[in-house]
Amino acid sequence: MTEVASDAVASDVAMAATLLAIDPAGLGGAVLRGAPGSLRDRWLILLRQALPTGAPLRRLPLNAPDSRMLGGLDLAATLAAGRPVAERGVLAESHGGIVVLAMAERIEAGTAARLAAVLDAGEVAVQRDGLSLRQPARLGMVALDEGVSEEEAAPAALRERLAFHLALDFLPPGAAAEWRAGDPKDVQAARDLLPAIEAPEAVVTALCGAALALGIYSVRAPLLALRAARAAAALAGRETIEAEDMGLAARLVLGPRATRVPTQEAPPEEQPPESDTAEQPAEPPPEPPPDSPPDPGEGTDEKPDQPLDPAALQEMILEAARATMPSGVLAALGAQTREAARRAGARAGRAGAQRLSKQRGRPIGTRPGELRGAARLALVDTLRAAAPWQPIRRRDGKPGPLIRVTASDIRLLRFKQNTETTAIFVVDASGSSALNRLAEAKGAVELLLADCYVRRDQVAVVAFRGTTAEILLPPTSSLVRAKRSLAGLPGGGATPLALGLEAASGLAEEAVRRGRSPLLVLLTDGRANIGRDGKPGRPKAEADALIAAVPIRLGRIPSLLVDTAPRPVPYARQLAEAMGARYLALPSADSQRLNEAVNAARDTA
Amino acid sequence: MDLPSAAFDMDAEVKLAQSAREESPSAKPARKAPAGRQVFPFAAIVGQDEMKLAILIAAVDQAVGGVLVFGDRGTGKSTAVRALAALLPPMQVVANCPYNSDPKRPFPPREGAFETAMIPVPVVDLPLGATEDRVAGALDIERALANGEKAFEPGLLARAHRGFLYIDEVNLLEDHLVDLLLDVAASGENVVEREGISIRHPAKFVLIGSGNPEEGELRPQLLDRFGLSVEVRTPTDLATRVEVVRRRDAFERNPQKFVAHWEREANAIRRRIVAARRLLPKIAVPDAMLEAAAKLCMALGTDGLRGELTLIRTARALAALDGEREVTLAQLRRVAPPALRHRLRRNPLDEAVATTRVERAILETFGP
Repeated sequence: MTEVASDAVASDVAMAATLLAIDPAGLGGAVLRGAPGSLRDRWLILLRQALPTGAPLRRLPLNAPDSRMLGGLDLAATLAAGRPVAERGVLAESHGGIVVLAMAERIEAGTAARLAAVLDAGEVAVQRDGLSLRQPARLGMVALDEGVSEEEAAPAALRERLAFHLALDFLPPGAAAEWRAGDPKDVQAARDLLPAIEAPEAVVTALCGAALALGIYSVRAPLLALRAARAAAALAGRETIEAEDMGLAARLVLGPRATRVPTQEAPPEEQPPESDTAEQPAEPPPEPPPDSPPDPGEGTDEKPDQPLDPAALQEMILEAARATMPSGVLAALGAQTREAARRAGARAGRAGAQRLSKQRGRPIGTRPGELRGAARLALVDTLRAAAPWQPIRRRDGKPGPLIRVTASDIRLLRFKQNTETTAIFVVDASGSSALNRLAEAKGAVELLLADCYVRRDQVAVVAFRGTTAEILLPPTSSLVRAKRSLAGLPGGGATPLALGLEAASGLAEEAVRRGRSPLLVLLTDGRANIGRDGKPGRPKAEADALIAAVPIRLGRIPSLLVDTAPRPVPYARQLAEAMGARYLALPSADSQRLNEAVNAARDTA
Repeated sequence: MDLPSAAFDMDAEVKLAQSAREESPSAKPARKAPAGRQVFPFAAIVGQDEMKLAILIAAVDQAVGGVLVFGDRGTGKSTAVRALAALLPPMQVVANCPYNSDPKRPFPPREGAFETAMIPVPVVDLPLGATEDRVAGALDIERALANGEKAFEPGLLARAHRGFLYIDEVNLLEDHLVDLLLDVAASGENVVEREGISIRHPAKFVLIGSGNPEEGELRPQLLDRFGLSVEVRTPTDLATRVEVVRRRDAFERNPQKFVAHWEREANAIRRRIVAARRLLPKIAVPDAMLEAAAKLCMALGTDGLRGELTLIRTARALAALDGEREVTLAQLRRVAPPALRHRLRRNPLDEAVATTRVERAILETFGP
């Protein structure tokens, strides 16, 4: 899937819409990854056409408040009726159908967890605004993921639960011309047939074995693949799952989740060791194929007339999955892909940054107060406060509004300020002292993460060396991920300072879009010698870095340049000025002092 | 905490909700939730022995404190917790009491005769989108709107009293709710001062949390509230994974049949819990075991006495489950990792090897 997917894959993508219409709740849904456009619209139309009449298809905007998403008190109806009336949220309203999640790559972890809980339970638990309700919400979700870089994607908690991962950008142009929507009658017939379809042990074993061989660890993946295969069999009007159903499931569910090429055929020497350790260090020995062809004695005793051979099925599944494996897996995660992705990422979403930076954080409760200036009224709580007094206030007999609210009832929203920082370390990993500096940066990251327990800060690390800049650690507050990513830090080579700065400002912009305050910490000796174009030459390299520094200053991103050179050169100071950064010479920085400096910068940022 | 009557004060106007309210009767959803939804049976959960053991221990002795289940996605964390409710023997309460109060200590305190009832032990879900008024309880807006009456409507904390409060994705819970929980969990009572309502009611519950560490860390104060902490990993051997998928698939295709199929095992577990609860007060803790627990905690440098106390209590509950008369070293060893791993003096990047540290200390203290 490095270039353009085959026509077969394109027709699979259309098929996914029909399968999803058959079993939305079982399959969880789909991630549609790619730029908005006619393909995506066409796919959604396919889905709508295949859904049985009356099945809802609703859109959930990004940042929809809980009251819209989960439901809450319907104020108008409550006031009219004089008793609390619940309003269903978008999720409950989509019961039996599909919710489309806009801009899924920007969904926050908390929202993702709410959505995941609804997918798991098949109902919405509402404990809000004085209401306590459980509303059925057996539905599928379609996540529209417009992320461009690897780091920018729908939250893992959500991706994990949505069966189909469809990469629209790789489809051949005009693919949609061949797409035909499933007939709702066929879909209904398939729905009726679904419970009757047995899953032979060999099928389950083959799907599980294939998932392991592809390096897919969550058990949800083979389960979702099984449901996809069952839906495909139902659509074909069969009561048994055939090889072709499993092939389709492999292409739609397993392939895109692969984290490695099954080792039988993989050219092992092409896999760079560091990407291997960075991707899956905590996993068990990466040699599952030996034990994955299952013990033929097992399972066959229960069904002696088992016609299917799990090992052969598994081979077939793996072969099918290959068609949709992520390019990163097939081509090994090279620095080139990251570089390309990063360049693309730096361009995206400026408008979003403007819009979101005005956001004032999440409402975290209410307080009494005066309604003036920037204060925002908490309507429900205000009415709640006013409610008990209504009979008393009406006693004066004067005509007045239905609800009488006085100043003492006013409740204001309390917002959580965006004090959460994303500290981005940009580490010069070039030359001889690289190892030393990387170790310092790593130490400082660890110390900062220790503070994260209380502050919920995030940390990211960008390293630049040779002709590339790499995001070693995407923004995280997770020790587990930090440890994994920092395990193997490469060092040595030339100094592409401009690339490092670009990667960092890309991350900083993304942090701002997510409503966080970025803090940039650049560790370098200032001796840039590789330009933006990857060509050597000091004057060009230095000029490029100064240009790359400008957006950081213009974006008012608080930053700190730590000069690690034993004998500082004036250029580093000049660069700090261009970035609008503070300059700090720490020729023998240890991680403790570095941490103190960062903390100081953060506190005054 | 058992409330002395003096501690019970309320605004003269405030009337306590005397009847157990149904799920907000007037606020009608368009469709009714499916009645009696089947829950995946605890007995049918494949593997994850430590998680299952921790939950059983909490079911035997609620005083052990909460259980934190942290680990990979898709490992059945919330499935296991939700299956807990079906394992617990019913408990006696004052009939229609919204606080599930114990007939021996009715709340609010009352004279004379009153009816009692047997109800299932509550396992209350605290969903992430919950608002503070529903967690702590607040003014009953229905009665306020209809009658201009100031009445208190108890929240989830009241409903969880004497039972379990479950928070999935606990590390994503908003800070102000975490603060509230910490306060209530420490004092055993919920104090509400809102909107002219002033009330305190007992709220003792076992906190159960689950989450994925990749989503973020847990505040240390909250971590400390959990008696036991369990790490769950995705099974990596094929046979186990096949079994997980098969059972899940069978359950989804025919929940009634699946639950019926596991009924015998489920009953066996229920009987084991009931027997263990009966046995628990009779289980002796030999001095040698107290000493061993102290030694182990010293070797690990755990903070304070909580670790030691939890270790002993947990070992007792396990002994009760095993049908023993006294705590032995075998039980102590088995429960030491879940009782202690989250209490080690923190070296933030050493967290993952906490289990290894406990295991090493066990080996060093008790030998192989």
